[in-house]
Amino acid sequence: MTAVDETTGAKEFGQSRRRKEDARLITGRTKWTDNIVLPGMAHLAMVRSPVASGTIASIDVADAKASPGVLGVWTGADLDAEQGDLPCAWAITPDMKHPRRPAVAAGRVKFAGEIVAVIAARSAAEARDAADKVLVDYDDLPVVLDMNEAIKEGTPLVHEELGTNVNAVWVFNSGEAGTGGNVDEAIEAARADADSIVLERTFRQQRLVPAFMEPRSTVVDPTGEQLTVWSATQVPHIARFLLAVVLGISESKVRFIAPDVGGGFGGKIHLSPEEVATVLIARKLGKPVKYTETRSESIQSAHHGRDQIQRITMAAKKDGTVTGLKVDLLADMGAYLGLVTPGVPVLGAFMFNAIYKIPAYEFKCTNVFTNKVLTDAYRGAGRPEATYAIERMMDTLANELGVDPLALREKNWIKHEEFPFTTVCGLTYDSGNYEAATSRAVELFDYEGLRREQAERRARKDPIQLGIGISTFTEMCGLAPSRVLGSLNYGAGGWEYSAIRMLPTGKVEVLTGASAHGQGHETAFSQIVADQLGVPFEDVEILHGDTQITHKGLDTYGSRSLVVGGIAIVKAAEKVIEKAKPIAAHLLEANVADIEFDSGKFSVAGTDKGVTIQEVALATFAAHNYPEGIEPSIDADATFDPENFSYPHGTHLCATEIDTETGKVTIRKYVCVDDIGTVVNPLIAEGQVHGGLAQGIAQALWEEARHDESGTLTTATFVDYTLPTAADMPFFTTDMTETASTSNPLGVKGVGEAGTIASTPAVINAVVDALRPWGVDDIQMPTTAQRVWKAIQGKEFDASVGAKDTRDGSHEAAPGNGAPLWSGNESGGAQ
Amino acid sequence: MIPAAFDYESPASIDEALQVIAGAGDREVKVLAGGQSLIPVLRLRMNAPDLVVDLGRIAELRGVRDDGDAIAIGAMTTHDDVTREPLIRQHALLLSLAAQTVADPQVRHRGTFGGSLAHADPAADMPAPALALGAEFVIAGPSGRRTVGASDFFTDLFTTAIGEGELLVEVRVPKHTGWGAHYEKFNHVAHTWSIVGVAAAVRVEGGTIAEAKVGLTNMGLVPIRATAVEQALVGQPATADAIRAAAQNADQGTNPMSDASADEHYRRHLAKVLTGRAVLAAVG
Ligand SMILES: Cc1cc2nc3c(=O)[nH]c(=O)nc-3n(C[C@H](O)[C@H](O)[C@H](O)COP(=O)(O)OP(=O)(O)OC[C@H]3O[C@@H](n4cnc5c(N)ncnc54)[C@H](O)[C@@H]3O)c2cc1C
Repeated sequence: MTAVDETTGAKEFGQSRRRKEDARLITGRTKWTDNIVLPGMAHLAMVRSPVASGTIASIDVADAKASPGVLGVWTGADLDAEQGDLPCAWAITPDMKHPRRPAVAAGRVKFAGEIVAVIAARSAAEARDAADKVLVDYDDLPVVLDMNEAIKEGTPLVHEELGTNVNAVWVFNSGEAGTGGNVDEAIEAARADADSIVLERTFRQQRLVPAFMEPRSTVVDPTGEQLTVWSATQVPHIARFLLAVVLGISESKVRFIAPDVGGGFGGKIHLSPEEVATVLIARKLGKPVKYTETRSESIQSAHHGRDQIQRITMAAKKDGTVTGLKVDLLADMGAYLGLVTPGVPVLGAFMFNAIYKIPAYEFKCTNVFTNKVLTDAYRGAGRPEATYAIERMMDTLANELGVDPLALREKNWIKHEEFPFTTVCGLTYDSGNYEAATSRAVELFDYEGLRREQAERRARKDPIQLGIGISTFTEMCGLAPSRVLGSLNYGAGGWEYSAIRMLPTGKVEVLTGASAHGQGHETAFSQIVADQLGVPFEDVEILHGDTQITHKGLDTYGSRSLVVGGIAIVKAAEKVIEKAKPIAAHLLEANVADIEFDSGKFSVAGTDKGVTIQEVALATFAAHNYPEGIEPSIDADATFDPENFSYPHGTHLCATEIDTETGKVTIRKYVCVDDIGTVVNPLIAEGQVHGGLAQGIAQALWEEARHDESGTLTTATFVDYTLPTAADMPFFTTDMTETASTSNPLGVKGVGEAGTIASTPAVINAVVDALRPWGVDDIQMPTTAQRVWKAIQGKEFDASVGAKDTRDGSHEAAPGNGAPLWSGNESGGAQ
Repeated sequence: MIPAAFDYESPASIDEALQVIAGAGDREVKVLAGGQSLIPVLRLRMNAPDLVVDLGRIAELRGVRDDGDAIAIGAMTTHDDVTREPLIRQHALLLSLAAQTVADPQVRHRGTFGGSLAHADPAADMPAPALALGAEFVIAGPSGRRTVGASDFFTDLFTTAIGEGELLVEVRVPKHTGWGAHYEKFNHVAHTWSIVGVAAAVRVEGGTIAEAKVGLTNMGLVPIRATAVEQALVGQPATADAIRAAAQNADQGTNPMSDASADEHYRRHLAKVLTGRAVLAAVG
């Protein structure tokens, strides 16, 4: 049963339809890459370096070659002449240092897990057995792991030929850009002013493993005119282009297919060494080849995320007005540059100012090479890091000034009547309503009640202490206006493509360049098309992920699929209707100008004469009777290039309980009210929020990729890399406010990364808030029980310390009249 | 999953299994129970046995029976069965509660009681409760059966009294009917092993602790009986204060490791806190 929206006539938009793709995805009865079996297919296994830095003194492949079923063994030296270099698409500065990145290392290895030889055999088991028989001797070289060390003079180099461990230094300065004041002046002024305060803090963004559910897998069929590559990738179009470039073959000779793909979170945005190696070996053998990584290989050699050291300086007036923000980052690239590795911190550059009106801003990142697997995009890419830093700073400032952290935020944020608002970074936020989302969240959370309970627990020094954490986040997503990407020297645009094919039976095939890997595109896009064309939801088929079906596209990442890809679909649908109108008019023997289209029907204004879009499709197919001078087709395509990003935002409130006897952190309550504009499918949107929250909370509490001093990843299985499951998650209270985006016709904003971006600081702010009576001001992620417990050992508990920062004058007045603590308190509650 | 190649046998009886193992000669043999520890080791190629002998078809190894003053639990009884089996819940509740904390439902449906004890992972949850309850381990070998007491069974890291060519077939657990019990497990995320775990069984008479048995998980290379705590508890009132005071002895005689999840100092502290909680919960 579907309800019709009275105002728009939409039947599908806003319906919580269950995802039509789920039955096949969940049962696995589908074309996961590893399910593909081709006649005569050979299998690969990789030999990987156990050392993080060294030269290959010798490789003995004789035993491996003689192993049963083996078809060939190739070392980096064997492949070097033809393997090319894996590309990075984002030279963030003209003088960026860009090391060679071979698919298979020849001579020199730079991280533990790097491929040094490839085995092909008749079965995967035989390939794996033979891999154990390759004998490699390494001469160890010094290992560079710590970013602070890496940039010091005299530290060994990850890439000797580059002469430095610094990849690039990228700076944005609002004074120079003319988008704001000079931050150094703002900070100096604050230092000199008794009514101002300057805070300096350093935060650590630990390394994370994207941990997608389906390990990466590639099948290559070199037979026939085109080379066909099936791969568990987020970016079939980009990968096809890059593969052609890397191997120097014609793009038209490559067909790249992303069949159903089981998650990515950014971890499958690349042309991988494994993909290139699989193509090379398939070409050599002249027959189909498959490679599927093991989970441990995936954790060791697929790119990681985050890994920054963030030095933040904030200047503010004592009334709570922020006057300047300076960000100085070290960002770990790992050993190589992937597709957008150096640009990940840059994606965060525009988000440290977040929802606040900060008059002066500077961002500087120093990208550093280390002997670890490379980093690259991971859910949020740059924006979670930025959001973490600013939201931690806002809480820290509130604490220093003794004001409520929500009141402090409200004092600084952009008011809803101020939109569109151009920020200190020069971005124009088209819309938003931080007041609305915050009021709703405060109400759902019972902010007052929990603050009261917190004070009571502090007063009686309860062994279970309560902390409240806030994150009022925004993000820029919907990557991206092509001109903006051009101005940042990114190697491609940010448009998306769609085509709609009207079949004679009235069914609709929709092609999209945004290839799904678990998001539910097929359902949400079908809902959009059903409304646009007035056809049943069931009659819409979404086709994606095959470069011979959708010849162009820029794929799926950066919460772009709906806000860019979805709009391309709308534009294509509009063209279908425009193309169908003259044919409908012809069939109805009416004037085109008199034809109206509504809910799937073309009718003649003021009459009951009409013809359905399906009838027009059939008539067009038959082509017996259509107007002269036009083509007998109502198929159409469109390429949409957004003019602006979209800026979802929201208020996340987290209450954590800390067991002070053990240090264990438990999330007592989590409320988030997100504003993602209008919502196509609330069920899917909520699912995205839930999954995002889980990942963001996991960064705060559990996940970390750790290395030992030799550079070996010590968290290379899920025993040591502690991913949470549903059993570890609190009940999420989620809600939405709807402030339609004004930069696209649907009013939508992205949702794919929101939960991840917002939740990490909300949790850590809550943990720190609980620990304030011990004088704790910061804690490193993940906040394991041991870390929390150690943070309070040997420290005095002062119940009044914590009380001061939250219980300002307004608090006493607030209960009873229902007025929220943070509102109507523009002075910031200075005492 | 692609382990190194191995031969595979799945005998139908204990005798047949012992024969198969004896007949293997010089070849390295590994016994497969639920596979929840062995398979990951094979998958990562940390071990490459020549022959894997699967106990899965041996019906006589599975199930629980009343054996007078004890209950006898077959080695192949799964963790999930241990959590549900009425005889265990009635006479050895501690085991049932500990088994509930093992991993996740999938692992509990495959992993076995005997496998967990034979594997003797210091972080595993079943050894400490078995030790605390004074379990006896029935080991079958080519020359017949022998019984090893709990204090002699766990000999070292991942090492037990089970000799080469032998099988653990049954675990006899003295009845603790009417005892209060609790297993206090401390870990990072729900599906993982214990950082520290405390198994407590207590008999209270008229508000006084008459008997107490406390076993510690992951406080050394082998599970450890917290005898100082047990002694301190006996004769004390079953009150929070008395129990917490006794629990302060929990790290006596322990030798905890320092690893990525916890250092020795923190483990010692945890042992005390968790022991207090476990005993308090067991008292009810
Ligand atoms: C994801 C995951 C999480 C886990 N979490 C926990 C946890 O939280 N707590 C916990 O306690 N355990 C945990 N485990 C381990 C689990 O409990 C295993 O079931 C247990 O350790 C071994 O039991 P098994 O039956 O699977 O034995 P197997 O893996 O089949 O065997 C283990 C070892 O014991 C030997 N063996 C088995 N049976 C016998 C026998 N009858 N006689 C002689 N030798 C024998 C085998 O040869 C092998 O060396 C986890 C496992 C996984 C996969």
